[in-house]
Amino acid sequence: MILEAAISLGGLGLLFSLCLGLASKRFYVEVDPRVGRVIEVLPGANCGACGCPGCSKYAEHVVMEPEVPANLCIPGGGEVAKEVGHITGKEVEETGKKRAFILCSGSKDRVAKSFNYQGIEDCRAALLLFSGNKSCPYGCLGFGTCVNACPFEAIEINELGLPVIDKERCTGCGRCKDVCPKGIIEIYPKDIKVYIACSNKDKGKVVKDICAVGCIGCSICAKRCESGAIEIKDNLPKISYDKCTQCKDCVGRCPQGSMVAVS
Amino acid sequence: MGEIFLIFLSAVLVNNFVLARFLGICPFLGVSKKVETAVGMGMAVVFVMTLASSATWLIQRFILEPFHIHVLQTIAFILVIASLVQLVETVLRKVVPTLYEALGIYLPLITTNCAILGLAILNIQKEYNLIKSTIFGFSASIGFMLALILMAGIREQLEFAPVPKPLKGIPVSLITAGLMSLAFMGFSGLVKM
Repeated sequence: MILEAAISLGGLGLLFSLCLGLASKRFYVEVDPRVGRVIEVLPGANCGACGCPGCSKYAEHVVMEPEVPANLCIPGGGEVAKEVGHITGKEVEETGKKRAFILCSGSKDRVAKSFNYQGIEDCRAALLLFSGNKSCPYGCLGFGTCVNACPFEAIEINELGLPVIDKERCTGCGRCKDVCPKGIIEIYPKDIKVYIACSNKDKGKVVKDICAVGCIGCSICAKRCESGAIEIKDNLPKISYDKCTQCKDCVGRCPQGSMVAVS
Repeated sequence: MGEIFLIFLSAVLVNNFVLARFLGICPFLGVSKKVETAVGMGMAVVFVMTLASSATWLIQRFILEPFHIHVLQTIAFILVIASLVQLVETVLRKVVPTLYEALGIYLPLITTNCAILGLAILNIQKEYNLIKSTIFGFSASIGFMLALILMAGIREQLEFAPVPKPLKGIPVSLITAGLMSLAFMGFSGLVKM
């Protein structure tokens, strides 16, 4: 019985594999060998930061289509871009490494809860109920939707209920930025020294009532910045990093402490 | 002849694999966004299902039954289906690369499509002969294709419909599928099989 089973199924398997082998010979499709080499160079995280469904799709696109640039792989950064450019024979513009920044410092102890939420532990779900259970309508809800979205395990929620980004692991792919329902994650160059850790667009009085570290839009930073890199828009300072000299002067001058220096 | 027609009618309308037996729901929802890809997927399923029904019948009759190894039915059938799907994939990639691209992941997913395994096992349970099995397989896949194309047509229209925000996308598709299933229940009693 065992022998019969083994022989019959094994025979079937052999027959089918023979057919498949012949078929794959007969219907062989030429694939550009460069595609395989590009796939080997890419990190293989399938994060989708390049805009393609996965690494292999990007490899196909970058080899086949001349207008697809070689530097779209954000997790791979400059080195991968250089290699891909080398394989495909494309010019590569230097792109600096980037990473994600959480533009909110409203931890549990700094912003009050507006109600007790007992539902699905996901920011997107919590948002459906009165824009979430934080009294700041712009602030981080801290349920960790970004944590689950991160393909590199670079985000975790700290004990104060705020996501913390691991600078080493974060590749700047932007998955968390896309998934955050509050839109408070931004991708900035890795080497910046200051950023504004608040996303509240309300006027100063409103912000001060709900958050201890919220930006009140007082524009001291904009007035005092010597390189003129900061302008106020929607009650929030906007730093243009190509002008910023990284002097960190604005950090000390911010009365609310919402301008944060990167350690 | 009459019986063959009844098998056909029963598998396409009354006991539609998707809408009455609830088999093969994954590709039904996955590939029904565009009529064009739905037709392509339907064709692939027709090919695989028809071949699979006769191949599995032959294996059941000439290998599993003489050696009394019915326990291996599922494994043997899956083996046949997987090989067939692989064959279809290889051929499609060479002959119709655009369709291959459009079907994407759903083509290899036919391998684990329960509609096909379900069909093979139903064939044996109903004790059909080879011809009836093949006809049943063909009609079941036509039924699958019909459901898929109907769904794709509706979903193409839904794209432009003012759907309430919470129902946009998947929810309204599921509701549509439910309503279609209800509609197909109207056929029950048409054929007694």
